[in-house]
Amino acid sequence: MSTRAATSPARRAPLLLIGAAATVAVAAVLPLAYLVVRAVAADADARALVPLSITVELVLGTALLAVGVVAAALAVGVPLAWLVVRTDVPGRRLWGLAASLPLVIPSFVAALALLGALAPRGLVQQTLEPLGVETLPEIAGYWGALLALTLSTYPYVFLLTAAALRSIDPSAEEAARGLGAGRLAVLVRATLPSLRPTLAAASLLVALYVLSDFGAVSLMGYSTLTTAIYSRYESLLALDSAAILALVLVGLAAVVVGLTSRFRLRGAIYRSTPGVGRSAQVVRLGRWRWPALAFCTTVAGIFLVLPLGVLVWWSMKPDPVTGRAVAWGAALNSAGVAAAAAALAALVVLPVAVLVWRFPSRLSRLLDRLTLFPNALPGIAVALALVFFGARFGFLYQSLALLLIAYLVRFMPYALASTRASLDSVNPRLEEAARSLGRRPVGATAAVVFPLARSGMLAGAALVFLSTVKELPATLLLRPIGFETLATEIWKGTALGAYSGVAPSALLLVLIAAPVVYLLSWRNAWELGAPD
Amino acid sequence: MRRLVVWMALGAVALVAVSSAAALTEARQETTLTVYSGREEILVKPIMDRFTKETGIQLKVRYASSTSLATALIEEGKDSPADVFWATESGTLGLVAARGLLKRLPQTTVGKVPSRFSTPSRRWVGTSGRSRVLAYNTQALTPAELPASVWALTNPRWKGKVGLPPTNGSFQAFVGAMLYLNGEDRTRDWLRGLRENGVRFYPNNTTTVQAVGRGEVQLGLVNHYYLYNLLAGDPNLPVRNYWFQAGDPGALVLAAGVGIVSATKNDAAAQRFVDFLLSKWAQRFIARGPGAAEYPLIKGVLPRPGLPTLKEIAGPKYNLGRLAADLPAAVKLLLETGYIK
Repeated sequence: MSTRAATSPARRAPLLLIGAAATVAVAAVLPLAYLVVRAVAADADARALVPLSITVELVLGTALLAVGVVAAALAVGVPLAWLVVRTDVPGRRLWGLAASLPLVIPSFVAALALLGALAPRGLVQQTLEPLGVETLPEIAGYWGALLALTLSTYPYVFLLTAAALRSIDPSAEEAARGLGAGRLAVLVRATLPSLRPTLAAASLLVALYVLSDFGAVSLMGYSTLTTAIYSRYESLLALDSAAILALVLVGLAAVVVGLTSRFRLRGAIYRSTPGVGRSAQVVRLGRWRWPALAFCTTVAGIFLVLPLGVLVWWSMKPDPVTGRAVAWGAALNSAGVAAAAAALAALVVLPVAVLVWRFPSRLSRLLDRLTLFPNALPGIAVALALVFFGARFGFLYQSLALLLIAYLVRFMPYALASTRASLDSVNPRLEEAARSLGRRPVGATAAVVFPLARSGMLAGAALVFLSTVKELPATLLLRPIGFETLATEIWKGTALGAYSGVAPSALLLVLIAAPVVYLLSWRNAWELGAPD
Repeated sequence: MRRLVVWMALGAVALVAVSSAAALTEARQETTLTVYSGREEILVKPIMDRFTKETGIQLKVRYASSTSLATALIEEGKDSPADVFWATESGTLGLVAARGLLKRLPQTTVGKVPSRFSTPSRRWVGTSGRSRVLAYNTQALTPAELPASVWALTNPRWKGKVGLPPTNGSFQAFVGAMLYLNGEDRTRDWLRGLRENGVRFYPNNTTTVQAVGRGEVQLGLVNHYYLYNLLAGDPNLPVRNYWFQAGDPGALVLAAGVGIVSATKNDAAAQRFVDFLLSKWAQRFIARGPGAAEYPLIKGVLPRPGLPTLKEIAGPKYNLGRLAADLPAAVKLLLETGYIK
């Protein structure tokens, strides 16, 4: 950053900036290298612990669940978004809020609550007992995992679809109507096709969520690659075989990303005109409003009222195993470590974001891609890689720093995408103007750019906070001795079968996450956070 | 004004982050002994607290499965931060000892327990005994209906009615003993037979016993003492323990045990911890504390009333020192047969 750069317009990025950005990008990808090394170096004994038949079974089981959850989340989220945005269904605002609130519920808490509600002798059965319902069918296994993960993911589908429905150009729909198409035909032939890129992005988000989920599938007793990796981690001398399965999981994630990016570009409908969009006509449901209302009520009932109801109900009665305890210390740890991760993420992505925005080049795009890449990596794979990484660098071993690195690697992409998106709206001329008024390069950036990019940075940090608070597998593998978060406390409690005993902690976790979700939905920042 | 608020919020966030990090490093400095505990926190926390209260020695405890802690100790080698390894299952201790990572204990310590609960090389010493049992649902079955041998569980009579925790160290040790006593073929056939018979898997002993209590399964292959912990919370739980016939592998008696990690720089404190676990107070707590029912190993402490004595349980003849070799073989077989996925 020399003074000469100030006098001639800087076309080339300052070395310091490139260096900082490169460091961040390399740090984001480095852990994966340790995973690869470990998996490749595995000996025959380790390979014998991942027989092909079991690997195939696990991959199929994981893929089957991902397909099921994507279908279910679309089936719930898309109609709901259409009803809320495009129709006159009563209570639209309420249903919109109810559809984004499940984001505060981590998947393992969702699984826990659904088990409590729908188990053969759970809350629902107890409520129905006077009617002669003695026992309900079990919801564990595939269908249990499907239900819990649908709860966790349909809000993403809803929010993305709702945002798209608000912004797509209604002219295609109007044209279809003008050509005599009925209401249904308009929906199927015009509206849905223009949603296609959004639905592909949402499906990708949901599929990656399912691939990396560990908590819900564990609690539901459904074996996937993540649970297999964890059981090998917990097992005797099977770390190398865990590394092999983690690579398989990363490969599966890559396949998913590849498939959706193809689907996304095919047959997309673009805006026909630039400029300010008009809003689409509100569809009057007429007598269909009652089934529509019933649908909205059912979704909110099953995915919000029921799980929260179970947590509250459990919180009010002592658990036979552990009594009833609120883990205040763990709550402080959860909030503290998530705040640290959020603040750090917002800061460390700055060099990359500024480089891409101000000095677009092949190099800056590469660094950007590298930093975004770990978002597609399942948390347990990142954690396992860092276990190996930490073992190599003793001072990091079992340290809080290593846990923070895991959160950063995994969630930094949210901060980057969000910061970048807000920078994109800043006209570089502003910075030049500040420079021409006598500001130094760094001063100009600080004075003009950051105030404008601040909202994006904050939204990104909020997303990182939310994701960190809800994170389970990396926290389990990497937490330092004696460091418990709400997530690990809940996990430990469920391992003892103390479902109702952990309910207060689960409620506390939800309460910590809730204001952040409120802030984010208010800023409508979800689109920015979606990986692409 | 709004800008000020935002920056103040950011500042507050940073402050929380820094102070919580500082609090953590501080907590780290005042501890002196690091214990890797395969024993569950809910069962042993009072013992840890009492030790600190009596000796003034702070404990830093890493709670995890004994198998993963053994793996960690082996990965860490000489750089291990651990001073003491307290395992639910002596086989994991034997495995760590076989790699030269545990110190030899004084004869006075090892001599406190019967010789079957340690090894001649004195690398670990048993802290409690536990027996493998069949937990059964008393609403569905009477003791007279129960099979005499663990081998009979592959019988169609028990289709879909048996539960077990395949990742649990004690279950794995039982499979290891079976492997040694009855050979690989017969053990593999039994494991496969059980799976074909619709055996159900649970995360651990506690959840297995709970499933028996709910009637989800009627039988559970578990360690004997988890039942008493659950009965303390719910005296009406319809589950009781049943011991297989004399000499049956399903009636194996195992040991939880402790060893001192070679890498320790806190020999004296580590030794005090080991001796504390073999003290009358700790042994009584393990045997008869609230919800506890393990077998004490030192003289002068009696097991919980109502339990058969260790002499009465005629398990198979099996030297626990063998587990260091048999346990890894068992884990491999369990992975191969799909018990661990």
